[in-house]
Amino acid sequence: MAVIDLANPTRFLRIVDRVLPWLIAATVVLFAVGLYRALNAPDDYQQGATVKIMFLHVPAAWLGMFGWALMSIAALGTLVWRHPLADVAGKAAAPIGAAFTFICLVTGSLWGRPTWGTYWVWDARLTSMLVLLLLYLGVLALYWTAEEPGRGARAAAILSLVGAVNLPIIKFSVDWWNTLHQPASVFRLSGSTIDPSLLTPLLIMALAFTFLFVTLHLAVMRNEILRRRVRSMRLMQAQEVRA
Amino acid sequence: MSLGPHADFIVAAYAVTLFVVAALIAWVLLDYAAQRRVLGNLEGLGVTRRSQREG
Repeated sequence: MAVIDLANPTRFLRIVDRVLPWLIAATVVLFAVGLYRALNAPDDYQQGATVKIMFLHVPAAWLGMFGWALMSIAALGTLVWRHPLADVAGKAAAPIGAAFTFICLVTGSLWGRPTWGTYWVWDARLTSMLVLLLLYLGVLALYWTAEEPGRGARAAAILSLVGAVNLPIIKFSVDWWNTLHQPASVFRLSGSTIDPSLLTPLLIMALAFTFLFVTLHLAVMRNEILRRRVRSMRLMQAQEVRA
Repeated sequence: MSLGPHADFIVAAYAVTLFVVAALIAWVLLDYAAQRRVLGNLEGLGVTRRSQREG
C-alpha cells in the first residue's frame, strides 16, 4: 500500500479501525509498566519523592510541543497542498496538545512549590510554555468560531506556522536566559544527567504518553472525518428540500 | 512506598493528570458515538453523500 493511499478518508478510516485496538492495548501495557516503575523509583537525593512528578511533567511538556510541531506540518499540507486530511490532522491535534500543555503547566506548578518555594515565576521556560497554551486556545477558538470551516482551517494553519517560532524558544529558553527552571537534562550532547534508576521509568512513561497521544489523535481524526460527512449529508439534505 | 512530606503535591499532580486524560478519552468516545448516531439517522432517512451518488 502506498503512503498516498492514506490520503483517502475512507481508506484512512478503515486503517484507523484496524490499528486502534492494537494502539490501545500497547498504550495500556506501557502505562502499566511505566507507572509501576515510576511509583517504585527511588527518591531523588535532593528533591525526595517529589521527583515522581517528573514522570508526568516531562512527557506532558514534550507532547505539548510535539502536538504543535504536528500542527505546523499539517498546516503546510493545508496551505500548500490544500489536502482536507491535513486540516483534519491539524484540528485533531489541537485539543490533545492543549490538554498535555495544561498538564505540563499544572504538574510543573505542583512540583515547583515544594522544590522552588513557589507555584509560579515569570521565568522564560514557564512563560513560553504558557504562551504555547494560549496559542493552542487561539487555534481552537479559530476552529470553533469560524462560520465557514475552510476559512477557519486556513486561519488556524497560518497561526500554527507562526506559533512554531515558539518551539525553539521553549527548548532553548533555559540556555538563552537565566531561568529558575533547570537546563536540559535528558537529551544532551554529553549524555543525560539523570540516574538510570529514574531515567528508565521516565522514558517508559514518555513512550506511554506518546502512544496515548497517537491513539487519541487517530480517534479524534476519525471523529472529525465523520463530523464532516454529517455536515456534507446535511447540506445535501437541505439542497433536496429546497429543490 | 512513602511519598514523604510533600505527598499532597504528588497526589494532586497524578490526580489532575488522570482527570484531564480521562476527560479527553470520555470526550473522544462520546463524540464518536454522537457522530455515528447522527450518520445512522441521516442514512436511515435515505440521505447520501455526493461521492456515494457518483460512485
